Parts: sequence; C-alpha cells; structure tokens
Amino acid sequence: MDSVKETLTGPIFKNNPIALQILGICSALAVTSSLQVTLVMCVALTLVTAFSNLSISAIRHFIPGSIRIIVQMIIIASLVIVVDQVLKAVAYGISKQLSVFVGLIITNCIVMGRAEAFAMKNPPLASFMDGIGNGLGYSVVLICVAVVRELFGAGKLMGVEILPLVTDGGWYNPNGLLLLPPSAFFLIGLFIWALRSFNTEQVEQPDFKMAKHKPVEEGA
Amino acid sequence: MSSHDSINKILLVALSLCLVCSIIVSTAAVVLKPAQEANKSLDKKRNILEAAGMLDESRGVEEQFSQVVTRVVDLRTGKYTDDIDPVGYDQRKAAKNSGQSDALTPEQDIAKIARREHYAVVYLVQGEGGELEKIILPIHGYGLWSTLYGFMALEADGNTVAGLGFYEHGETPGLGGEVDNPRWKALWPGKEVYKDDDVAIGLVKGSVDPANANANWQIDGLSGATLTARGVTNLVQFWLGENGFEPFLNNLKTGDV
Repeated sequence: MDSVKETLTGPIFKNNPIALQILGICSALAVTSSLQVTLVMCVALTLVTAFSNLSISAIRHFIPGSIRIIVQMIIIASLVIVVDQVLKAVAYGISKQLSVFVGLIITNCIVMGRAEAFAMKNPPLASFMDGIGNGLGYSVVLICVAVVRELFGAGKLMGVEILPLVTDGGWYNPNGLLLLPPSAFFLIGLFIWALRSFNTEQVEQPDFKMAKHKPVEEGA
Repeated sequence: MSSHDSINKILLVALSLCLVCSIIVSTAAVVLKPAQEANKSLDKKRNILEAAGMLDESRGVEEQFSQVVTRVVDLRTGKYTDDIDPVGYDQRKAAKNSGQSDALTPEQDIAKIARREHYAVVYLVQGEGGELEKIILPIHGYGLWSTLYGFMALEADGNTVAGLGFYEHGETPGLGGEVDNPRWKALWPGKEVYKDDDVAIGLVKGSVDPANANANWQIDGLSGATLTARGVTNLVQFWLGENGFEPFLNNLKTGDV
C-alpha cells in the first residue's frame, strides 16, 4: 500500500512535473490568469492523465513497440475530445475561455511523458495513481500561480472582488503585467526556487564550472 | 523481432484501437450534442441582450428573452418577410452563398464584407403592453485582423443608440480587443445615428470634445487601435446605411413594414 501512496503523493512536491521535470509549462502560462478557468483545466488534465495512464497500462503488453507513440497519442486524443465535448455541454462559458487549450492537452508533455515513462512499464492501478498524482502536482503549481495572478492582476478571486480597484473607486492599482503570460514564468521560477531551497536534494549539479579568469599573455 | 512487431499484429492493433476510440468519441459527440446546442443558443441570446444593454444577471436569460420577438427582414426591400424561418436560418452562411446574397461593389462595400445576404434576423424588444422598445440589429465587418460580429441596439425611434457589443472577433488583445471593454461600450448609448438623413455616427481619434457641435454623433476612438476603430466606424455606417438597415428603419418609422 505504501508504494501506491508514494506514486500518488510523490509527484506533488518531491517529483513535481512542472517544478522538477519542467514539463507542461506552455499551458501553465496560458490558462492561469483566472482561478476558475485554472481549476477546470487542472481537473481536465488530471482526468486525462489518469485515464490515459490506466488504458495504456492495461493494453501495454499488446502495443507493438514500433507504433507505441502513435497508440498513446490516439488514446490521449480520444480522451481529450471527450473531455472537450463534456465541457462544451456542461460549462459552456468556461470552455469558451479555455478555447484551444483543452485541445492542447493532447500535446501536453505531462500526459505523454507519464504514459511513456510510467504506464508502459507498470500495472494499471499504479499507473492510474501516478496519473492522478502528476495531475495534482500540476494543479498545485497552477493554482498557486493563478491565485497570485488573479488576485494581484485583477483584484479578484474566482471572479469575486477582493481588492477594490482604483478604476472602480477602490484603492488597489492592479499590476497589469500579472495578467500577461510572461508573469507566469517569474512565478513558476519563484515556486521552483522556494521548493528547492526546502528540498535541497532537488538542486541539480551544475553541468560545468566557470574557470577562473586568466589574463592572456601579450603576443601569445 | 518479436511477434508483437509483425506487420499483421501492428495492423490489427492499430485498426482495433482506432475502432474503439472512434466509437467512444462519436458516442460522446452524439449524446452531448443537444446540451451543446442549447448552450450555444443561450449564449447567443445572452449576447443579444448584452448588446441591447438590458442583460440582468439576477434573472434567467430565457425569461428575459421572452420579451423579444424575432423577425426576418428582407434587406432588399426593407420589409419583414415570412419566407424564411429564423430558427433554421444561418445568416453567416447565407452571406457566403451566391444564391442568398448579393455581391457589393467596392464603393458600397465599406465594411469589407464582399457580399451582403438578402435576409437578416432582427430582434424586437417589446414592453409590457407589446409596444416596441428597442430594435436589435446584427452587424459585422472587417477590423484589422478579423471580421467582427456583433449586435447594435437602437431605441424605438430608430435613431438613438441603445447599445453595441461584439460577440466574436480576433482583434489584438489590449488594443483592438478593447472593443469588449465595458467602459468603452458604455459610451455608445444615447448617441445618435442619423444627421440630415445621412449616417453620421463614427469613432474619432482620441476623446470626443463635448463642446463640439457633432459630439452627439461621435464616440471616443480606441488608443493604439486606429485600424480596428476605422473598421468599427465603417461597419456601423454600412449596416445603418442604405445597403444595410436604413430602408427597414425608415419603413418602421412610417409603419409600412
């Protein structure tokens, strides 16, 4: 049972897909300007990762090595289309805001990465848990980023006003940069920094060391 | 080479996987279609009400829409027609179909839409006693990057603007995309369209000087979005002009529709 718990909780802080594996950054930049949209995206990604891991792991002994990536893609793409259709039917407003990013879960490196790295070699239950765990790891980072971006960029959380804006007669002057995609880069960077100061074993060894500057001899 | 990698095995796995996946995807699409269609029409009704400046979030969209009568106008004669059923009529498709639209000459085509459909669906907002309160007209035209689709609402006099809103466009966010800004949209209500029987309404560069004699026909421009602003002016002038809804609005005034 310990190993199941390990696969489930490991990816949240110890082996976070965004902070340590640096996967799935693109959607983390695009959808985090509002918390509500972010939550829907996190649920969608977690479900897709979990179920794609489950089904790929269930048929892993039948997948021919030469077409395994295509097989994984077909399964992931079908799941994403189903999620997209469900969103359009039950949460039309949010699906309009997420627009193309639900479709882009297909190319999200986390889903593909977990299918290839974990589900191809492990039994279905463990793979399912790994999918949920990685989805949660992705969600933790996205939710942190989205809270900061929406709160300080628009003065709201979940669309509810928290900090009254100057333009509406309040006192808070919003930071417009936070609503633009680059701000998510800074926030994810800070998140990784915080995480690695805490878990020092995550700090990577530098690939090379800077040599000491040696003055070149004249005329050499 | 293991038995997994024989050509027969690969074809078998690929085909059966595609079959299973396509069944799942198409089932989802077919089962969820009614709910999606309902959402789409609700979204459209919401846009119509929003453009008319009468969307009240505390009441259901369907309930508010019960005040609205949908009619089809023949743009060639400016009169109502019952030849077309507004429910199944796709105005956007009709504008591309040569049988259901007329090509515009370059002089006529200020909104850069190339063809104008024969029939347009308009929405009439009625008061408690059935009297006409507002007229909501569909408008579209080219901005900088994209065609903007929206609605323009006029008061019952057919001259005073009651609201304007776009529900679909691809203009630059933060510049041309500011056509969605509620504060800019709030500048429209109360402005007038016609001056001496000509369409005079339009955007100006910068802010409107309230002391100016034409201030009632002018709306603030969008900073950093000269071409989108020009596009909005052109499309509003086209759709309220003689090739758009002007004949219909004149007929409405004389009661001859």
